[in-house]
Amino acid sequence: MNIDNFKPAIVYTIYIASTPDKVWQALTTAEFSKKYFSGFAVEAELKVGGAFVARAPDGSVHISGEVIECDPPRRLTITWNVNWPALVEKLGPTLVTYEIEPAGNAVKLTLIQAHDRPIDDDILSGGRQGWPAILSSLKSLLETGQALVIKMDRPQRMMAALKKLGIGTP
Amino acid sequence: MSKPEFVYVIYIASTPEKIFKALTDANMSERYWDGSRVVSDWKIGAPFALELKRKDKNVTGKVLEFDPPRRLAYTFHPQHDGMEAEPPSRVFELEQQKDQVRLTIVHDNFEPGSKAFEGISRGWPLVLSSLKSYLEAGKVLHAPWYETASA
Repeated sequence: MNIDNFKPAIVYTIYIASTPDKVWQALTTAEFSKKYFSGFAVEAELKVGGAFVARAPDGSVHISGEVIECDPPRRLTITWNVNWPALVEKLGPTLVTYEIEPAGNAVKLTLIQAHDRPIDDDILSGGRQGWPAILSSLKSLLETGQALVIKMDRPQRMMAALKKLGIGTP
Repeated sequence: MSKPEFVYVIYIASTPEKIFKALTDANMSERYWDGSRVVSDWKIGAPFALELKRKDKNVTGKVLEFDPPRRLAYTFHPQHDGMEAEPPSRVFELEQQKDQVRLTIVHDNFEPGSKAFEGISRGWPLVLSSLKSYLEAGKVLHAPWYETASA
């Protein structure tokens, strides 16, 4: 897979009063992710070519992918494929990059969701809704010890667009 | 070509009332916004000023909407872009969601290529991250560029 073919579709930046190591740990371990990411457990084999998985609270694999770039605690790129029937076939792989850099008395975390083809705004609305919630919660967890419990409406607009493409949605 | 627009969403474990106050109170903004004071009497059409640490860079505008604790909007003329015919505007929307608030900021009506647009796209995630830290943890954030540049 040539990552040069991928263009950013969603970019979200948040600043966290923490250290790059702690932010990296929060992004890559289940112990933290379960708290800020709606109970989802992240399992990452932290080397290029390693497996990346996010399990739903019932233990099923919801997102699976592969580690593409791994430079702790600065940069992690993974494929981030939601396991819905025909999704990758119709949309291609989704690439997610986390960039972590020191900034003043804080850490700048930038999330980049990229695709190798144009993706409809209706489909991107899911990530535009989800990333600010997940990363706001991660920030709260690292700064206060308390994650946010964000009850999100079902991303209807994205679900309808996926269904129209013949992608199996729950 | 449509005019550039900047949208940012952040969730804060606080109440709409506290966040609205932080957005409209000069003493509070001075804490989380690198010394910048939001000054206005917040009547519709009244002047708005953002008094920066470097006074020659002050930003002025006028109040468009004041609907506590849900919606706030004002225009602003960033001095370094000169006076544009129609100044850009900044809209805040606050929506309570259980134990937190979804805060959405929309900046629009920039001229294509506007320097202020670039500055805002870079600066606002920090200002709002700092606001969140201030309300949740009593901390404020500082960026390295605060020492050399103005917002």
